[in-house]
Formats: sequence, structure tokens, C-alpha cells
Amino acid sequence: MKSGLFGFLFGMWALIIIGGGIVVTLLGPISISGFGDFDWFIASVIKAVIALVLVVVWILILSKLKNWIFKKEIKF
Amino acid sequence: MIDLLFPAIISCIVAFLVVFVMTPPLIKILEKRNFAVKDMNKKEDVMVVRPGGPAIIAGIIASEIVLYAFLQMNEIIAIIITTSAAFLIGYVDDRKVMGGWFKPVALAVAAIPIITLGAYDTDLAFPLFGTVQIPALYLVLIIFMIPITGNTINSIDVLNGVASGFMVIASFSLSLCLFIIQNYEIAIVSLPLGFVSLAFYKYHKIPSKIFPGDSGALTLGAMYGSIAIVGGVEIIAAVALLPAVINSFLFLSSVKRIVEHREIKGKPVDHTDDFRLKATNDKTAPITLVRLILAGGPMTEKQIAFAIFKLAIFSGVLAVITAFMMGVKL
Repeated sequence: MKSGLFGFLFGMWALIIIGGGIVVTLLGPISISGFGDFDWFIASVIKAVIALVLVVVWILILSKLKNWIFKKEIKF
Repeated sequence: MIDLLFPAIISCIVAFLVVFVMTPPLIKILEKRNFAVKDMNKKEDVMVVRPGGPAIIAGIIASEIVLYAFLQMNEIIAIIITTSAAFLIGYVDDRKVMGGWFKPVALAVAAIPIITLGAYDTDLAFPLFGTVQIPALYLVLIIFMIPITGNTINSIDVLNGVASGFMVIASFSLSLCLFIIQNYEIAIVSLPLGFVSLAFYKYHKIPSKIFPGDSGALTLGAMYGSIAIVGGVEIIAAVALLPAVINSFLFLSSVKRIVEHREIKGKPVDHTDDFRLKATNDKTAPITLVRLILAGGPMTEKQIAFAIFKLAIFSGVLAVITAFMMGVKL
């Protein structure tokens, strides 16, 4: 069990690093023009929506990882 | 760097001594007022006083005021106000049973001073890949960060010494990471958190003489979150906190709603005849970190605490690796 927990921790860490890469390469370059003073606001909304989608995907992957690592232990 | 050494040493001594000296009289006052709860993991009827939050917040405020006298940074004021607000929120919850939504919402409000004092940077730094500018989104992140760190530490406060011992490891790891990324001023501002936790651990470790209560746990968690924001080390802070994050994640993914622990009817762990802890097969009970640790077989409270500390040290090492990776760009 303990090695499973260490594996799960390492998996979470790896997901954070990979997720960070996706955020920087995907969200970083997003900029909107043509809406005047609202450019930054619209860009922020788009970034927020993408970030939320990424968080949901991250949680789903984490759930799968949890079930895979602890499939023998979790009988409850 | 050298000129920061004197305020750093003084503030660490103040942080440690205030909690170390103030906790014994606080225990006596709480005993006189009969503010005690049963320690559920002891065979005998052992009553333990709570909350230890007043000693913890006193240590934090005193040490941070010392640092402010030397450094005069807005970040220190933001940390003091947000952490004090978290203490008050926890104290209300210690005295009166509040709903499951009270603490997250109130802690979100407690984060506002960080925004109003401008004690943050909108760049979110990631290892290997650099930074991303998210001006509006970052404000939302601040509002979410304090409730998450506060409640995460609160949720791991389940066994004697675990919350304070865990905070010792996580906060010193975070301070080390701040030194590695050469954010020396915030590194020094963060050091009192480790020393306050260390002094409180002396009385909180098994067998506990005092419990931190919600006021203590939320204070520690909120200060940790505040440091992460003002130091611009949100990702590193999250990594150092991973075992507690796992606990919250497992709890929420099994319960599927924000709810107070006392509202959960199913028991995740039970006791053996010799009063070791064991995982139950109760399908209505939440999955927690302790329950997963116990899935391998019954353990004593002390053994579980050390298993959690080992996980915290592993996360601390990952946080330090992450800090070194901050200086590397792909």
C-alpha cells in the first residue's frame, strides 16, 4: 500500500509538470484583438474556460490513476 | 542576503518561543473551562483540550511583526491579515458548529487582503516551461487558494501530531524551495511557519496534550497558502502539500460534495481489540489517506503518523526537485 501511495504521489507530480507545460504552451500565447478595451477580458474568459477544462481532465486522469494503483486495496 | 540573517534568526526564535511558552498556560485555561474533547483513538477515556489556535496565531503575528519592523513589506501585512482572518473563522467553527460551506466561503473572503494590498504577481511559474500571464484568472486563483490550503490542512488533522508534524515538513520544504529560487525575503517571511508548527508539535505529538482545532489548522493552512501566493511559488507549494491534497481529493471523489467530516455517517476506520486502527469495509464511508494506509493491515496511531510524515518528506523532495527545475527552460 505504501509503495502505491508513493507511486500515486509521483503520478500526481508528473501530471502537475505535464499540465504546467500544456498551460504555458496553450494558454500563454492566447491574445485577442479587435474588441478594444475588452480584449484582455475576452482573452481571460477564454483562458479561464480552457483552464477549467484542463482541471476537469486532470481530475479524471487522477481518478483513473487512483483506481489503477489501488485496485487491489480498494474493496470498500 | 547577509543583512536578512539577523531578522530571520530573531523572528524564528520569537515564533518558536511564543508558541512553546504560551501553549502550557493555554492548556491550563482550556482545562479549567472544560474545553476538551475525547481522543477517539485511545482505549481509555482520554480528554484532550482544544483549540491550540490562539497560541499558534500569537506566534505567527509576533514573529511577522518582528520581520515587518526590519523589512516593511506589504506581503507581510497581507500574510498577517489573511492568517488572522483564517484564525477567527476557525475559532468561530471551534465554538459553534457551522455548515459545510461556511469555512470555504469565509476563507475566500479572508484572501481579499492579498489582492487589495497588491501582494501578488499575476505570472504563474511552471517548471521547465516558464511562466504564463493570467491577470484576471490569477485573482480567481487567489480566492480559491486560501480555502483549499486551509481546508486541506484541516482535513489531515485526524491523528495526534499529524497536522503540526506535517506542516513542519511542508513549510520547511517550501522555505528551502524559496531559497533555491533566490526569493530570499519571502523565504525568511515563511520560516516562522515552520518554527510555530515545530513548537506546537511538542504538545500535539502523540499522546496529545492539546489539539489545534479548526482555528489552529486553518491558521497554518491559510498562512501556507498566503506564502505560496506572495512568493509566487504556487506550484511548488502544491507539490509539497501533495499528501494532504491526496487526502482531500480521495475524500471529495468518494463523497462527491463539500461536507463537514462530522456529517459523514460511515466510519472509514475502526479499532482492533488491542486498539490499533484498521480500515473498514463500509461502502458509505469516505476514502481517506489514513484508510488507504490502513488497507495493508492494522497499525498503531504512531505508525500511521510516521507513514504520513514519510509521504510528506517524499513530497518535500519532489518540491525541491521542482524548485531546481524552475531554473531550467526547455
